[in-house]
Amino acid sequence: MLEIKNLHKSYPIGDSSLHVLKGINLSVEEGEMVAIMGSSGSGKSTLLNIIGMLDEADSGEYILDGLPIKNLTEKKAAVYRNKFLGFIFQSFNLINYKNALENVALPLYYQGMKRKERQELAMFHLEKVGLANWAHHLPKELSGGQNQRVAIARALAANPKLLLADEPTGALDTTTSHEIMAFIQQLNDEGKTILMVTHEEDIANMCKRIVRLRDGVILEDVKVTQVRAEQYV
Amino acid sequence: MFKFLFESDTWQEVFDSFSKNKLRSILTMVGVWWGILLLIGLLGSARGLENSFNRLFGSFATNSVFVWGQNTSKPFKGFQEGKQVRLSLTDAKKVEENVEGIEFVLPRSQQGTNVTRNFLSGSFQMAGDYPLLDQLQKKKLINGRFINQNDIDDNKKIAVISEDTYKQLFEKDEDAIGKYIDINGINFIVVGIFEVGNVNMGPSTDIHIPFTTFQQIYNRGDRIGWMMITGKPDYDIKQIEEDVKLLLKNLNNIHPEDSRAFGSFNLGKEFKKFTGFLIGMQFLTWFVGIATLIAGVFAIGNILLITVRERTKEIGIRRALGATPFEIKRQIVLEAVFLTMVAGIFGIITGGWILIGLDAAFGQGTDAVIVNASVSIAIVFIALIILVVLGSLIGLIPAFKATSIKPIEALREE
Repeated sequence: MLEIKNLHKSYPIGDSSLHVLKGINLSVEEGEMVAIMGSSGSGKSTLLNIIGMLDEADSGEYILDGLPIKNLTEKKAAVYRNKFLGFIFQSFNLINYKNALENVALPLYYQGMKRKERQELAMFHLEKVGLANWAHHLPKELSGGQNQRVAIARALAANPKLLLADEPTGALDTTTSHEIMAFIQQLNDEGKTILMVTHEEDIANMCKRIVRLRDGVILEDVKVTQVRAEQYV
Repeated sequence: MFKFLFESDTWQEVFDSFSKNKLRSILTMVGVWWGILLLIGLLGSARGLENSFNRLFGSFATNSVFVWGQNTSKPFKGFQEGKQVRLSLTDAKKVEENVEGIEFVLPRSQQGTNVTRNFLSGSFQMAGDYPLLDQLQKKKLINGRFINQNDIDDNKKIAVISEDTYKQLFEKDEDAIGKYIDINGINFIVVGIFEVGNVNMGPSTDIHIPFTTFQQIYNRGDRIGWMMITGKPDYDIKQIEEDVKLLLKNLNNIHPEDSRAFGSFNLGKEFKKFTGFLIGMQFLTWFVGIATLIAGVFAIGNILLITVRERTKEIGIRRALGATPFEIKRQIVLEAVFLTMVAGIFGIITGGWILIGLDAAFGQGTDAVIVNASVSIAIVFIALIILVVLGSLIGLIPAFKATSIKPIEALREE
């Protein structure tokens, strides 16, 4: 599914440069649920951004589902993101003047899907996250948990190969976090491959595998027994 | 490529971002609205002035030159300088026959005279004229008729008098047609009364009598006062003036380079000056209008630049979700065009109202300052096309700004 070999990335800071990723090797199979952990500055967000094609590596190989991701133009990156990836952000990143349904339909709009079709599909995904009744509410009229569920629906809308979550529970309280995690686990049970950045140990333990980063290298890569989130809900 | 223009989704997106900040969008449009309003208002008024000008001169052969004799300034063929030059009917005939591009040559004579009627009297300028004058310099007759060929042939003692002359010689509401007036001791029958127009070229005349009668009573014989020469529409009146003068010098034994022997007044040249002024005014109008328009469009570009800055995160989200840079740019350019177009259309409508108002206030009656103030549909279209072009060009700046930031940085923006 995902194959990363000897990935390097550094950012220029003034005259010198900061070496953030120092040779990452990572392989993720289909249906896995991986937590990437590490303290701030460990390079976990950078790694996720590179996987999300929002950023490009300096050297190394990145193959997504057999497709080498290299020297992408902005346009190509946009098309790949739309087709292959679903993003879930810490701060939800919904468009504030669009209602829940329109937000979910946005990736489909950029796929060039017809309005009616798009709205139906968006509605289907909103139902799936249990927010069908809230379809016509603006993000500011929804709670944090509801907003994150809208964001998940949006990430799922284009039926991506890989879900990327950047601290999906970072802005939520414990109960809501567990709700969201339960939902993400359910998605994984259905076969979605999920990659998640987190620094919370209990959230990481709800995944099936934990990759720990420190100073740009992988410190530890272990399979764990998944803690089901439902029991806390 | 332009299919997206016909998709409701595209416009929905434009509309969403427009309605997100209505007040600012409206304020943004004021500049362009004002520019196009100015353009339409000024162009319409300029056209109105031109129309009224044309109406004043419409009855006037503008491609004309007056030529009269003065004193020579160079000795020639035994004649000393200072010889008085007098034009004759033969000169007029020769000019008409020999100079290229001439439509008419109209000889005229004029003299001051005393006129009495019963106990009323006054001194007036009287001219001897041919019926042709009515064609070159349309007389607005209030009553009666102008001189006709019959009057010329029979040296009739008839007179066509101006409204002012009538007022001086007749009692109020008295019928003047058919009454006699005494000109230098000779009785003339009044056959017509004319109104003096707003614009008069050449010396003003109070009384017109038949040319032949004039020549007879003043014993002028062949000599004439001056001639009015009208060129054919596609001939340059300045060239005609030169040719005529050269011919006249030749006929009257005057040095070819004597520049003072003949006086002239080139109506065509004066007319051109005025039309030049009108053209200048239109040019100024376009300049001011377009400059204001550009300023207005820049204001829109400026605001969009700020808007794009504010929407950095939104644009980042869209790009993360799969919007290509082209789609983002297209969106922003479309917003710019949309704003300019809406502002422009409002400007055209309000500009039209202003012209309607001007027409109601100044455009009524025969002596209106502004006649039919209007702007042609073609100009409206040109203005709209300019708006679309300027709008898209100016939209490109914020559009490129929007996509110059990497999506990852845009997402980090708070």
